Amino acid sequence: MDKDRVITNRGLAQMLKGGVIMDVTTAQQATIAQEAGAVAVMALERVPADIRKAGGVARMCDPLKVKEIQKAVTIPVMAKCRIGHIVEARVLESLHVDYIDESEVLTPADEENHIDKTAFTIPFVCGCRNIGEALRRISEGASMIRTKGEAGTGNVVEAVRHMRKVQAQIRQIVSMADDELYTAAKEWQVPASLLREVKEMKKLPVVNFAAGGVATPSDAALMMLLGADGVFVGSGIFKSQNPSVMAKAIVEAVAHWNEPNIIANVSVGLGDAMKGLDIHLIDDKDRLSDRGI
Amino acid sequence: MKIGILGFQGSIEEHECVFRRLSIATKRVKTPQDLEDIDGIVLPGGESTHMLRLLHFNALWDPLRKVIQKGLPTLATCAGVVLLSQTIDNTKQEALHLLDVVVSRNGYGPQFFSFVEEVCIEGFTEKFRAVFIRAPIVRSLNPNISILSEDREHNPIFVRQDNIFGLTFHPEIGNDDRIHSMFIQSIT
Repeated sequence: MDKDRVITNRGLAQMLKGGVIMDVTTAQQATIAQEAGAVAVMALERVPADIRKAGGVARMCDPLKVKEIQKAVTIPVMAKCRIGHIVEARVLESLHVDYIDESEVLTPADEENHIDKTAFTIPFVCGCRNIGEALRRISEGASMIRTKGEAGTGNVVEAVRHMRKVQAQIRQIVSMADDELYTAAKEWQVPASLLREVKEMKKLPVVNFAAGGVATPSDAALMMLLGADGVFVGSGIFKSQNPSVMAKAIVEAVAHWNEPNIIANVSVGLGDAMKGLDIHLIDDKDRLSDRGI
Repeated sequence: MKIGILGFQGSIEEHECVFRRLSIATKRVKTPQDLEDIDGIVLPGGESTHMLRLLHFNALWDPLRKVIQKGLPTLATCAGVVLLSQTIDNTKQEALHLLDVVVSRNGYGPQFFSFVEEVCIEGFTEKFRAVFIRAPIVRSLNPNISILSEDREHNPIFVRQDNIFGLTFHPEIGNDDRIHSMFIQSIT
């Protein structure tokens, strides 16, 4: 990726800040998302809650579906590939999706290596639970980061844990002496140059969204309050009772995250949010956030 | 002097950062009241469909239209131009009809075709590195509008109609403050 590409690819994520990116599985859902004010959609075969239920191997979405969704909307279209699955990523690039999510929500294709994202023209977003994962993905060429949370649960607790962790570690880096950055680099297994950049900028060098378990307008606003630049909502919208109304309410809550009276207004009469899962009842082997570290 | 920045979504911080370097105060505009004490307004880059929904949600659509029509200096970048345009020729979305241009959304295509180009801008002695991200293309414009810069295919990328500066690229990305300075000078 040349320097100009880094600017346009990180830049696209900058243009999404303050917005909501919604998982969609059909062109019709994509249209509902756009009308509700989504800043981008994520094309998927199944939303994470259904992936969890279905079990088996979760793979990249059917290219025909991607094309139908691209035709239906003018906002950016993202799509997921499996961690380390270089060919799925190349296929998505050939379809000209606007962003690839190398995602732990799908079944990893490589348990040791992530994709060398610097070898691609189009940008990637990757998940993280902490600063080490975030900076490793950035050093591999990710142009945008999202905290992982625990997708398909409708439970925001892991999203909160991961966002708090990343923000706390950024504050830690900012307060480090220059020579301490080398030890931190060793401990977190990240390049010292990236730590210097974080220290100087007092934030990640790329945009950081929250993901994984956001189910209500208040959940989404909470993630903004904790320092997210924007929010991914997966199952939370199209697994709720009234997707269009829920989608609009979450968009409004994110734009007005520090105005509780507005969040109160938009939260009235939304119907049932998705059911949700207690994190402590999920087997370790079913935890998606442990994938791709 | 205080510059308002439409504060819902997009490259808000980036514009704030440029104005900070120029020692100009800014405020985020989210309600009609926020329009009362500003000397100019920025419509930032982002997603125009999101901004137009939030403009309606906050009853800001008509008040914003009125103040710009009355002459409030306006700097619109990328999505901002789409919002201000007369007509969008490839989608059905609403527009403010304040800048007399016809635009195509994502005129250059998806992100794969986003690019950076050194462009000549009228009044600047040195070239400007312009960042185009899923940028709109101005297909036609009222002959009274001045064109300050064009891309390689001679599509207008920087136009001025009275109090409105419309740019299809992102001067808020990078460290070149000349376009923001030009905007400020037009106010003082």
